[in-house]
Amino acid sequence: MEIKALIYILLTGIFVNNYVLQKFLGICPFLGVSKKFDQASGMGIAVTFVMLCATAVTWPIQKYVLDANGLGYLQTIVFILVIAALVQFVEIVLKKFIPALHKSLGVYLPLITTNCAVLGVAINNITDGFNFIESMFSSLGVGLGFMLAMVLFAGVRSRIENCPSPKAMQGLPITLIAASIVSLAFFGFAGVIENLLGM
Amino acid sequence: MTSNKKLWIFLKGLIAENPVLVLVLGTCPTLAVSTSIVSAISMGLAATVVLVCSNIVISLLRKIIPDTVRIPCYIVVIAAFVTAVQMLLNAYLPDIYEMLGVYLALIVVNCIILGRAEMYARKNGVIDSALDGLGMGVGFLLALLAMALIRELLGTGTISLAALGMESIKIPVLCDYNIPLLVQAPGGFLVYGILIAIVNAIGPKKGAEKRKNFSCEGCPSAALCGKVSCAENAELVSNVSDNKSEEKEEGVDGN
Repeated sequence: MEIKALIYILLTGIFVNNYVLQKFLGICPFLGVSKKFDQASGMGIAVTFVMLCATAVTWPIQKYVLDANGLGYLQTIVFILVIAALVQFVEIVLKKFIPALHKSLGVYLPLITTNCAVLGVAINNITDGFNFIESMFSSLGVGLGFMLAMVLFAGVRSRIENCPSPKAMQGLPITLIAASIVSLAFFGFAGVIENLLGM
Repeated sequence: MTSNKKLWIFLKGLIAENPVLVLVLGTCPTLAVSTSIVSAISMGLAATVVLVCSNIVISLLRKIIPDTVRIPCYIVVIAAFVTAVQMLLNAYLPDIYEMLGVYLALIVVNCIILGRAEMYARKNGVIDSALDGLGMGVGFLLALLAMALIRELLGTGTISLAALGMESIKIPVLCDYNIPLLVQAPGGFLVYGILIAIVNAIGPKKGAEKRKNFSCEGCPSAALCGKVSCAENAELVSNVSDNKSEEKEEGVDGN
């Protein structure tokens, strides 16, 4: 039963509550870095990684430091600082110990500090009342969902770039309209997960 | 002359450098809260308050904050004001606090606010920075309002005032022929895309150039990433256009 609930959280994060296409979090990197397939997947992996790290750090902080001392109102300020510090730390660690990975993800890491999806998932895990394991699965699902949206959209965009579109629609407008259609496609997942798991 | 200049600092945020429609900053809250007019206005006002206050404080501290750690310092200042706004709304307007939900806290990472701190407040005086913040904030509010008007009126045909404790207003014809898609996620992307296309079509040509590549200008992360990833993007754009022209030439040869 426990495992079923975790899988439900994971799949919901990937498909139904897709942060980019349904909740509008992390739109800036979605529009900015989704031009090429490998860039999009690199950014997706980096975001998933940082989301997992951020949740692993912010959940205990909320539970054992903020809530325990009645400092819940400091949530926003503490979380953003922790995430900013964490991103810097991850970058330094990667640079020192896994230079190959740093070379491929390094460019994206600083951009993630101000990614609202990371802060959003950290806050949502608390407001949804998840326990630690559930929070980690939720972050993993959201991260993978972000990557899925980025990678899918990179494919859509490479097609758009080679298509003639009216002058005023070129660039961002046509991209947004394409995003609207991809978002519409994700509506199809609503209810699928419940039926799949028999919940 | 000087008063004209000051007026321009305020006015440029409304139209010429509108943060949402011309600079394309703060897209996440724009898409998320523009489903109803009341939430759009409250989000716009909350962001304006934070923007003006943080611009003033950052401008005052601009000679004290060391350059190397300026981004974390700005984030702390902004987060402090966001927390204050959150607590005020929670205390006096709890319905609106509930409606904005997580997006209220996410004003912290709104690129408009960090972007203005980085681009304007750290280089200019207090009064200019405050005016710039006010102009950008009102510009954000107006863009949100435009989106919300289209989405709520065409999408539901009513103006929901439930969060203010009032009855909803029904628009006679529109409420019979509404388009529910517009208030859902795809409608947000669609309306935003069309609005930018309209601005592109009627706006000055200078802005259009800027918008084509998601440029580092206005991106708060530019200082951190050293403009690397965006430069890659720009390269990519030029590569694609090169390919296009090559293809065209081949096509001509074939004919």
